[in-house]
Amino acid sequence: MAATLAPPRLLPSGDRAVTVEFARTIDDAANQRVLALDRALHETPIEGVTETVPTYRSLLVHYDPVRIGFDELGTKIVALALQPSPPTEKAKHWRIPVAYGGENGIDLEDVAKTLQTTPDDIVARHVAGQYRVAMIGFTPGWSYLSGLDKFLHISRRQNPRLLTPAGTISIGGIQTGVQCLAGPSGWHLLGRTAVRTFQLHRDPIFLLEPGDHVTFFAVDAKTFWEQDRAAEAGEIVAELMSA
Amino acid sequence: MSKLIVASIGPANSVQDGGRHGAQRYGLPPSGAMDRLALAAANVLVGNDPFAAAIEIGPFTATFKAKDGAVRVALSGAPRSADVAGRPVAVDMSMTIADGESLTLGFAKGGAFSYLAIEGGIAGEPMFGSLAVNARAGLGSPYPRPLQAGDELQVRAASGGTERRIELPAPATGPIRVIFGPQDDEFSDDARALFLECEWKISPTSDRMGYRLEGPVIKHLDGHNIVSDGTVDGSIQVPGNGAPIVLMPDRGTSGGYPKIATVLSVDLGRMAQIPAGTAFRFKAVSMAQAQAEARKFADLLRSLPDRLRAIDATALNIDALHDVNVAGSAVNAIDVDTWHAEADVLTPD
Repeated sequence: MAATLAPPRLLPSGDRAVTVEFARTIDDAANQRVLALDRALHETPIEGVTETVPTYRSLLVHYDPVRIGFDELGTKIVALALQPSPPTEKAKHWRIPVAYGGENGIDLEDVAKTLQTTPDDIVARHVAGQYRVAMIGFTPGWSYLSGLDKFLHISRRQNPRLLTPAGTISIGGIQTGVQCLAGPSGWHLLGRTAVRTFQLHRDPIFLLEPGDHVTFFAVDAKTFWEQDRAAEAGEIVAELMSA
Repeated sequence: MSKLIVASIGPANSVQDGGRHGAQRYGLPPSGAMDRLALAAANVLVGNDPFAAAIEIGPFTATFKAKDGAVRVALSGAPRSADVAGRPVAVDMSMTIADGESLTLGFAKGGAFSYLAIEGGIAGEPMFGSLAVNARAGLGSPYPRPLQAGDELQVRAASGGTERRIELPAPATGPIRVIFGPQDDEFSDDARALFLECEWKISPTSDRMGYRLEGPVIKHLDGHNIVSDGTVDGSIQVPGNGAPIVLMPDRGTSGGYPKIATVLSVDLGRMAQIPAGTAFRFKAVSMAQAQAEARKFADLLRSLPDRLRAIDATALNIDALHDVNVAGSAVNAIDVDTWHAEADVLTPD
């Protein structure tokens, strides 16, 4: 397989970072390569690399140009990107409780109508999914998941909402996501989780890592509020599955 | 311990340092000073690490009072009038505020941000190695928000050391330099040429997340949506309306608009200080040039302690201070009414 890998494109992002691009579209295979290169850079550090930021299709590599130049870094990154992927056993599997519908998921009914099915079917399909954290971005802890059932692929809202609640579980395009902080969103809100993917004064501060596996399970609204209190007190609430 | 009391302060202020690194992979932006050279100069003047936490002060007036002892400080960055208990003081010079005295800062003139470094730094609880305020994420210490009148900073009592000035190289002038990419291929040759040829102005709706540019519309070749990828300080993204935004340290860590170019790291502080309404241009340089400039900038930062000088009579020339204090009356990049406004709704891609 290694011999068939295409080299990534190296796109300058100023004098202190390079965008290592594997695809221009959302592509699961490209995302796997992004995450593999991210792991490889973690396990085989290149002198001068200061921080890496995986996204769907590219890995942004921050570096110190005093310690390594663009050309030398690019050569080393491409070599690493063409090697077989290091194993992924470090990826964790999290089960995340979600209170679907009602005031917690105000778009569930409309999504069901748009997709010509029932809210229960939407929930059943969403909890059946095996997801992977493709990237975390936009705001702290906002986790973009790949692996959404094709039936649930849906255009984003025409008018993004200015404020959506913390813990929102939503779908948009071919993705689903776990939103940590309250904020604007153009996605469709299916439910809420009490799980904080980002919480100060908790260990770990960030729960999910790019590459982690995620599944959802439904809880009722009362359970959500109980879990929310526990989460506020620092409990993780999400269930960590044994490997 | 002494205290530095915030007696009055405008909205565009916050405790900032060299930034918070290592958590962009979790969506946490680095934050940190808008003008790193000015932060470093102020810190070095009072014997701190160059990127220790200091108070970043926007264009508005501010007053600080020393309590329970004297406090030694230094001010760098945007030119502005300043006095301690009525005695004029200059930027790029250390000063000691005696117990009970106040430091009063006037409006910034011809710049946007000043840095008030305090001898011994600011006491706080670092998160990812930084005290930098990121108000949206509720991060920062000792207050996870901009400072307000009445806030108290725990600081070291003044050492009584000799006051000093710092001799900085003449501020660079000329165009803001950029490297094209990472998505300059989303634009036609004509659009790239226009980006370099025209004059730009910074919109008053700018903030620590991004500087919005006013000028011609920069058109995309095939629409304005790309699959989100990572951003850096200085990324110039072009949203659907064709008005570029230069991303600043509180930026989103990823974004779904094409980025035509990136401001050189050495020029980003200078860009941050450009007053709104002042015309400026961009100039494209090669990666080799950009990285040579980055290495020179690192040398300059390292040389700052060697640039400290004794304060002689000329440095205290009150006429010269007066000239600084009345020079220019340009409108600043930051507008008091719109600092907290978000002109666009940014949404996850």
